[in-house]
Amino acid sequence: MTKELIFAGFGGQGVILAGKILCIAAMKEDKCVSHIPSYGAEMRGGTANCSVVVADEEIASPVVEHPDICIVLNKPSLDKFEPRMKEGGILIYNTSLIENKPKRTDIKVYGIDCNRIAAENGSERAGNMVALGALVKIVPWLCSVDSFAYALDQAISARNKKFNEVNLKVIKAGYDLPLNAQ
Amino acid sequence: MSEKILMKGNEAIGEAAILAGCRHYFAYPITPQNEIPAYMAKRLPEVGGTFLQAESELAAVSMVMGASAGGARVMTSSSSPGISLKQEGISYMSGAQLPAVIVNMMRGGPGLGNIAGAQGDYFQATRGGGNGDYHVLVIAPGNVQELADYTVKAFELADKYRIVCMILGDGYLGQMSEPLVLPKAVDKLPPKDWALTGAKGREPHIIASLRLNPDNYLEKHVYDLYENYKKIEENEVIYDTQNMEDADYMIVAYGTASRICKKAIRLLRAEGIKVGLFRPVTLWPFPKKEIAEAAKKVKKILTVEMSMGQMVQDVQINAGKYCDVDFLGRPGGMLPEVEKIVQRVKSYV
Repeated sequence: MTKELIFAGFGGQGVILAGKILCIAAMKEDKCVSHIPSYGAEMRGGTANCSVVVADEEIASPVVEHPDICIVLNKPSLDKFEPRMKEGGILIYNTSLIENKPKRTDIKVYGIDCNRIAAENGSERAGNMVALGALVKIVPWLCSVDSFAYALDQAISARNKKFNEVNLKVIKAGYDLPLNAQ
Repeated sequence: MSEKILMKGNEAIGEAAILAGCRHYFAYPITPQNEIPAYMAKRLPEVGGTFLQAESELAAVSMVMGASAGGARVMTSSSSPGISLKQEGISYMSGAQLPAVIVNMMRGGPGLGNIAGAQGDYFQATRGGGNGDYHVLVIAPGNVQELADYTVKAFELADKYRIVCMILGDGYLGQMSEPLVLPKAVDKLPPKDWALTGAKGREPHIIASLRLNPDNYLEKHVYDLYENYKKIEENEVIYDTQNMEDADYMIVAYGTASRICKKAIRLLRAEGIKVGLFRPVTLWPFPKKEIAEAAKKVKKILTVEMSMGQMVQDVQINAGKYCDVDFLGRPGGMLPEVEKIVQRVKSYV
């Protein structure tokens, strides 16, 4: 099986990091992974995104043209990636910042109040972690939620490791949400 | 160390260079390869090496020339327009038979172009981008593991043949993170009995770029260079194939383009179309005989590049007499689409 994902949001929402943490957690469980960030000519306030592929065989192409799964944390990202999604795909979007509902009816849609849930669990900046927890609840094949502790430890620099505990708590809060496709 | 780590392509090159014994790195920044100088700036002082951000690309490549003449394993890196600026030094080093590793993480061109990954520098890399009769040994990795492994290999080959060895990647490969097992550290470097190490107690060594007298001094020197190139062509060709055993059609691609082709091949195979991949890893020396042999067994070849078609000329020259050679590519930092490749191959059936 191969799953192609896009993580997208404002620069600063941690979408590149969320993709990287998923890759490390899935890699720990012996999956093949690849991660390509959007880079360079991104504007402050514009969108950042990363393409992630998780597979249980050699990854042919790390380039994601039509994602199976999209995690979008702001409206410009929803507008950009919803039309590109594969039929039957899974869309997780951040209702804290996106008022409009996704339009597609041929995909499964999960609206999550990421920023509020993150704030309630100790870090208003960790909306990305809420989405990550919810993601592996919805698609358990990607990796176990328990592997995120290892992934955070690997991905986060020594300077910021003090946030790992709260990030892990927020991931688990996302994982424990009652999730129903709309 | 055999543990898998997730590493960015550019950083994998940096760490592999250090494992290969490189302790000198000089460069000038440019996207999309800035993680290489950033990594070297952090790591080289930790291992007793020298990192220096030069005032220009020309300065950087000249520092590489100096360190190489002194016998050091040395590297620089840049991206397309920066590599153009380094051509003077590359030609000088090639003439003076100075080994060095030069990384080109290609971006869209011509000119400053854009910062997306591209493959428009194939001609420059394989034909000799600077003046004079010479070749650079060009290796084109296809994933992060290969970026690391072939960086170590590039240092070995550069020293073995006293040649400039280029790692030709692209922005996507440089920015991509994949699981990586770091290569083993090289613990013993080959002796360099030609290096400038101080002539006390021995005859002086001469490293020269200018060869004026006698009249045929330069001619003889170029013949010597080409004797060396012949050995490289005979012994150092690297290529890879996938699904070629029963293939009716052959896709030829390198680097990131080859990854996109692998996906197209999976889709085509699922529909029963027998298609395989031939992936040159050394672009110079090009796998001439090997691609000709493969071409004899297929009905048609499709070359896919992130350019308007450069490697396709080498495919045509070496395989064109055995079957038709078609081309599909996109310039300007855009990626060929999987669906377009699938459609093109289907049109042959």
